[in-house]
Amino acid sequence: MSKKMRQDQGQQEISLLSVTRRQFLKQMGIVGGGIFVYFNVGNLDAWSLTKREGFLNAKIPTDFNAFLRVGTDGKISCFTGKIEMGQGAITSLPQMLAEELDVSYDAVNLVMGDTDLCPWDVGTFGSLSIRHFGIVLREAASEAKGVLKELAGDILKQPAIDLGTRDGFVYVKATPAQKVSYAQLTQGKIIEKHLDTPPLKPHTEYAIMGKSMLHQDARDKVTGKAKYAGDIRLPGMLYAAILRPPAHGAELKNLDLSGAKQMEDVLVIEDGDLIAVLHPFPDKAKKALAKIKAEYTTPETGLDHDTIFDHLQAVAPVGKTTSSAGDLETGRGMAAHSLEETYLNSYVAHAPMEPHTAVASFENGKCTVWASTQTPFSTRDRIAAVLNLKPEMVRMITPFVGGGFGGKGEPGNQAVEAARLAKIVGKPVQVAWSREEEFFYDTFRPAAIVKIKSGIDAGGKIVYWDNTVYFAGEGGSAPIYDIPHSRTVIRGEWRQNDPGSHPFAVGPWRAPANNTNTYAQELQIHMLAAKAGMDPLAFRLHNLKDQRMIGVLEAAAKQFGWGSTKSADGRGYGISCGIDTGTYVAHMAEVEVDKNTGKIKVKRVVCAQDMGFVVNPQGAKIQMEGCITMGLGYALAEEIHFKNGKIFDLNFDSYQLPRFSWLPEIETVLVDNKDLPPQGGGEPAIVGMGAVLACAVFDATGAKVLQLPMTSERVKKALATI
Amino acid sequence: MPESIRFTLNAKPVTITAEGDRNLLSVLRTDLGLTGPKFGCGEGICGSCTILLNNEPVRSCQMKVKDVEGASIVTIEGLAKDGALHPLQNAFIAHDALQCGYCTPGMILTAHGFLSHTPNPTREETIAAMEDNLCRCGAHKRIVEAIQDAAKTMKGGQAS
Repeated sequence: MSKKMRQDQGQQEISLLSVTRRQFLKQMGIVGGGIFVYFNVGNLDAWSLTKREGFLNAKIPTDFNAFLRVGTDGKISCFTGKIEMGQGAITSLPQMLAEELDVSYDAVNLVMGDTDLCPWDVGTFGSLSIRHFGIVLREAASEAKGVLKELAGDILKQPAIDLGTRDGFVYVKATPAQKVSYAQLTQGKIIEKHLDTPPLKPHTEYAIMGKSMLHQDARDKVTGKAKYAGDIRLPGMLYAAILRPPAHGAELKNLDLSGAKQMEDVLVIEDGDLIAVLHPFPDKAKKALAKIKAEYTTPETGLDHDTIFDHLQAVAPVGKTTSSAGDLETGRGMAAHSLEETYLNSYVAHAPMEPHTAVASFENGKCTVWASTQTPFSTRDRIAAVLNLKPEMVRMITPFVGGGFGGKGEPGNQAVEAARLAKIVGKPVQVAWSREEEFFYDTFRPAAIVKIKSGIDAGGKIVYWDNTVYFAGEGGSAPIYDIPHSRTVIRGEWRQNDPGSHPFAVGPWRAPANNTNTYAQELQIHMLAAKAGMDPLAFRLHNLKDQRMIGVLEAAAKQFGWGSTKSADGRGYGISCGIDTGTYVAHMAEVEVDKNTGKIKVKRVVCAQDMGFVVNPQGAKIQMEGCITMGLGYALAEEIHFKNGKIFDLNFDSYQLPRFSWLPEIETVLVDNKDLPPQGGGEPAIVGMGAVLACAVFDATGAKVLQLPMTSERVKKALATI
Repeated sequence: MPESIRFTLNAKPVTITAEGDRNLLSVLRTDLGLTGPKFGCGEGICGSCTILLNNEPVRSCQMKVKDVEGASIVTIEGLAKDGALHPLQNAFIAHDALQCGYCTPGMILTAHGFLSHTPNPTREETIAAMEDNLCRCGAHKRIVEAIQDAAKTMKGGQAS
């Protein structure tokens, strides 16, 4: 996109902002002054603008969408639409700000996810918080530092070039005792600056970035003080229980509300498709809901968790070629061995421990909603649209979010329901989905099919790679190996909810597309290595040119001790390589397979990651451990079973999350790459988990498990076909 | 019919008037305004709602309020003494044994009950004791390490 086009677009976008800078200041009641630096993260090329706009159906403001304030008390506030859901941005973003502004880490306060106080933000997903938002946050801090130096120059009678900054003070370099605090400088002033890409510190000067920090929110979380949406209680608040259909696509035929209406203190609401009972106590609302008699007709689609794969292939759009090299026909002619396989991946749930929850309240016509959401701004806009309000008449406040993993973005239905009900009853309303509602209305990771045709020459070089991906999406689908003749075709995206494709909503699930694509590619690679008669590590290195990939693979191999022992009977070693959100990641794992039962026990997982400069190494390792542990689930057990729109897995009795006893030994390695700016951290280490375990099972038994999750039944079936 | 139900909550006597078959988790969170015990699954599977009932961890979402008449309840809010955190709370902080934090109160109280019977646990014993508490973020490794560490601290006499 040209600069001019961006500017034109910017003109339209600014008018979409519901509040101006002046209004922000007024809303915060800030009269004491300070330095305000406005900045935006809208024009970053690394994240395609069109994709974002297509996803959220929203324009991205080019004016500003965050700002920081250097306060008169010396405290630094950053107002950002990002939210905290366990990923640790609440800890690492202040590190970045404190580093660049030269203040102590403790002086920084982050105000997150409040649509009245924080400028517009796209949402918290895609591992964007550090790698995109963090960069401009640092630039804003650097800008603020420049303003402070200018102000100090007048007082200290020195040109800015002779001044230094340290720990909240500007000092004279030659005589450091001569200094003035940021608080003194900002006294009684309001200075507004727009970001003008000032210089950033080189990493050799970092004192706070790159240091491991404990989670800033840990104390509140271990004492029960941390508030989540369900912990918001307002005077007179009612709890809602909402009538739900038994299946997706079901239609209400008969309704008898009399049983609920007879109950004391129960309000029964019928508002179009929203039928709810409300009571001051949630357990009583639930009892009232049970008194409603409702009959539905359920469509006979014939679709279930087994037939879905044929269905998806039949209805897949023509698709697009997203990467290609050379000529496949030529490649096929060079091949000494060929391998064609089809891989399947199942629908999985996000299953955060906190179900979708929201509290809504109206005061003087303005609606305030506290919600567990990854996208406060687009949820605000949706509520405004549904209630026919101007966006500024809706305020979203995002407390701590109890896990998201991509499942708490669009469409924010629980927040819309709470707002609708609060408007109708004229009292604050809490909507807290039950676990069954959470599963039923989840936007599952889409079921997907990957077909790979590939071949190697007599020297063990991969000569062609023909990959067609159905409904997983593009992420992680381009070959990471050096292959002369290749093509990748994407048929259906992960966010695609075309009528007639999936029988329910699908959406982003931690590292969208990439878990499926990496599983298929890396298992294919492992099996090609076997065809070549080569060690799977040597085979990968033989076919890799990308130095970052080679770096993480060798780091993983060193930590794992690859090749030092031969696997015993029933034991096997796996490898996976992957790239996600700018980060390179390699896994190695050891599994034990019980050939009689088909049960897999994961003994050990090593993960090496090159994520550029690491802001909070401990935080990064925690995310890697979380990815590895969560990844055991989709690799081994997690799968949504359904038929005719009815979801069979509605709680943790049948839907198995990874448990303590599944825990392998986990070792994480951060590969040093300080010269590269920080890359994604919340998702990369999960993309290889299906792959590394499937490869290890193949190594242990020779069984090709071509569908995730690798349940005992699937492993036994695969063993039987050897 | 509403009845008067008395029990001790975080070392303070409370009396509430409620139907005896009301759900205990709901009563704790609404009538009594607590935020520590969390709703996770409603079926006693996930452990987010865990409280200590007479020093034993129980799933409050599976209990009726009349079941706690005369009993002593401790929730995560009542675990610190005079502003000093319990060794388990300190260990969870020191080991960064949490991410989103939603399961954390239940994890700590389950571990509390376990360590009261097994003050010197092996790693395997800790894993077995925590098996039925679910965490989606994948903090399991650090939770185990935090509990093992807290056990050592508590043996040193710093425990409550």
